[in-house]
Amino acid sequence: MKAPDLLELAARNLREALFRSALTTLGISVGVASLVAMLSLGIGLQRLASRRLARSGLFDTVVVYANRMGPRPFRSAPATPPAATSKLDEEARKAIAGLPNVLEVYPEIRFATELRYNDHPHYTTIASLPPSARDSEAMEGLQGRFFSGPQAAEAILQIEFARELVAPAELSAGGLIGQEVVLQYAEQGTLAEKADSSHRASPAGEGASPWGFSVVRQEKKLRIVGIVEAEPGGALRGPGRARVFIPLELAQSLRPVQSLNMLDTLRASPADSTYQALVVRVASPARVSTTEDAIKRKGFNTFSLLDATQNLRRFFAVLDLFLGMFGSLALAVASLGIINTLVMAILERRREIGIMKALGASDADIKGLFFVEASAMGFVGGLAGVGLGWGIGRVINFGTNIYLRRQELPPETIWWVPLWLVAGAIAFAILVSFLSGLYPAARAAKLDPVRALRYE
Amino acid sequence: MSTPLTQNDGLAIRAEGLCRYYSMGPATIRAVDDVSLEVRAGEFLALLGSSGSGKSTLLNLLAGLDRPTAGTIIVHNRDLSRLSRPELAQHRRQTVGMVFQAFNLLPNMTLEENVELPLRFAEVDRASRRARAREVLGRVGLMDRLEHRPGELSGGEQQRGALARALVNRPAILLADEPTGNLDSQTGEEILRLMAEINRSSATTVVMVTHERVLAERFAHRLVTISDGKLVQDGMKK
Repeated sequence: MKAPDLLELAARNLREALFRSALTTLGISVGVASLVAMLSLGIGLQRLASRRLARSGLFDTVVVYANRMGPRPFRSAPATPPAATSKLDEEARKAIAGLPNVLEVYPEIRFATELRYNDHPHYTTIASLPPSARDSEAMEGLQGRFFSGPQAAEAILQIEFARELVAPAELSAGGLIGQEVVLQYAEQGTLAEKADSSHRASPAGEGASPWGFSVVRQEKKLRIVGIVEAEPGGALRGPGRARVFIPLELAQSLRPVQSLNMLDTLRASPADSTYQALVVRVASPARVSTTEDAIKRKGFNTFSLLDATQNLRRFFAVLDLFLGMFGSLALAVASLGIINTLVMAILERRREIGIMKALGASDADIKGLFFVEASAMGFVGGLAGVGLGWGIGRVINFGTNIYLRRQELPPETIWWVPLWLVAGAIAFAILVSFLSGLYPAARAAKLDPVRALRYE
Repeated sequence: MSTPLTQNDGLAIRAEGLCRYYSMGPATIRAVDDVSLEVRAGEFLALLGSSGSGKSTLLNLLAGLDRPTAGTIIVHNRDLSRLSRPELAQHRRQTVGMVFQAFNLLPNMTLEENVELPLRFAEVDRASRRARAREVLGRVGLMDRLEHRPGELSGGEQQRGALARALVNRPAILLADEPTGNLDSQTGEEILRLMAEINRSSATTVVMVTHERVLAERFAHRLVTISDGKLVQDGMKK
């Protein structure tokens, strides 16, 4: 029998037993819906976690320091032996920026200083933020706004620090935004060379570099434009976390004295402008390790958090597997429904099968008819199931966001149905239906036409 | 060692030593027991016998719906006992057409769709299917009943529809199992007249199972009587 005839006859048979076919199809759709809902929840949670990790800046960031200490004699040989000590200057920054998978490299400027608000001094650490920090996770709950420009004399405060400045009521009313603070800091200036050789003595001994720098007290007025919960990527800095943030270019122009400037002065000429540290953003957390190795080969020290995403992927693969298994249970029950429906159909249509065989239908025709009927129920059930699963996911998401709002947390998308899941669920439903149709179809095909014709 | 059987010229069917036994618990039912029979092409043969005599079983063997326990049955040069299941289906599709006592039209299809059904199995394209179904329905006088379902037709109309369905694939042999069994005498006579006309006009071999001797004597060329599975009488009509 030709395929269109097979489809037409199968559709007719399903229509004839509409109620039963509809119930069976509903069973399949509930099975598929549970599968889709479970997997989409797993996928959604994975996306959420991955996105959070990626935006946290913790796992795609490498902090690069100059190798001030040289090789460490008491440690076992590193996998990547460092090259000779290199200077962490603009040339090095460009070289690192040219490495594969490196998105950006910017200097880390971080210094402890005094900030005055309403003439009251407050001691804290200040850090610079590049323009890309605007998209970081830490900026999600930003109260106020990000810096208006790279040189803007503006500051964003960490909320704990903001609480030191004003009362909680004023803070929550946004009273601090737009206010002015005065930054008092030590500017690193050039040192006028002195003829007196006693000033050129150095604890490093003979042959050490005789250079140094002057320190000039400076003030800079900054307007508070935002308040954040935490420093972007602050977990990397440990106790050195900053509580006030200013634009990167502004920080560079201030030339503040940083903690390691003194040590650098002992080793290099101030004429050679070097960075205390560089922050390297990598394309993905999976590339951090190779990038780190490449930087080490250039003679620098690096620091990064371990690639947690690999463990995360492994965890979600297991979670998805379990969710899929639970979802498949419902589909397995639905497949029993298909078998039952088709076996019942054989009993009901026994005489019809006998007539068809008497009229010349082959075993393959009869088998094909039952397969098409099973697959059609699977296809329609799969389509409806994906829709139903999608709806269930929306409801779960909606309910979760109501709960999150009540907890004063931002809304999240914890549920996600990718296209491959839609196609996969429908294909799986058809496959399960097809397999469920194997036994009934074989039974129908082997039906003895003489006995079937005698059947009333 | 027996020589292989082949079709003799002019024979549509040749059966030799044909047996069909059934097991029923410890008992063996000899539904057809050592029957040898030849049917000439274009012949109208009536198989007579009482209920349970084995005439329907013999017809099922000729149709390729059943396989013999022993013996050989050759229909148009093909030994049915040696055919595979797909080949038997092809035999039923191409060589024979069947008419049943209970009409056996599918109730969820219109008359036209019922008649088209064997053409679907023969993979005839849709346009030819419709033309051939209408042609054969016209031949049995049911052109005004195309869209009716079997439940909306009288017994005689249903049997004429079933006859049209049996003929739509242009079979060489028409096998009819008690075609008048569910009809009143007048309608039954009409059906047999139609079958006789088909036998005459298209030289279709007709093998009809019946227990109505009077009608059989009127329309069939030859009467064969079966009793307890054995062929007990074979003779041309007087």
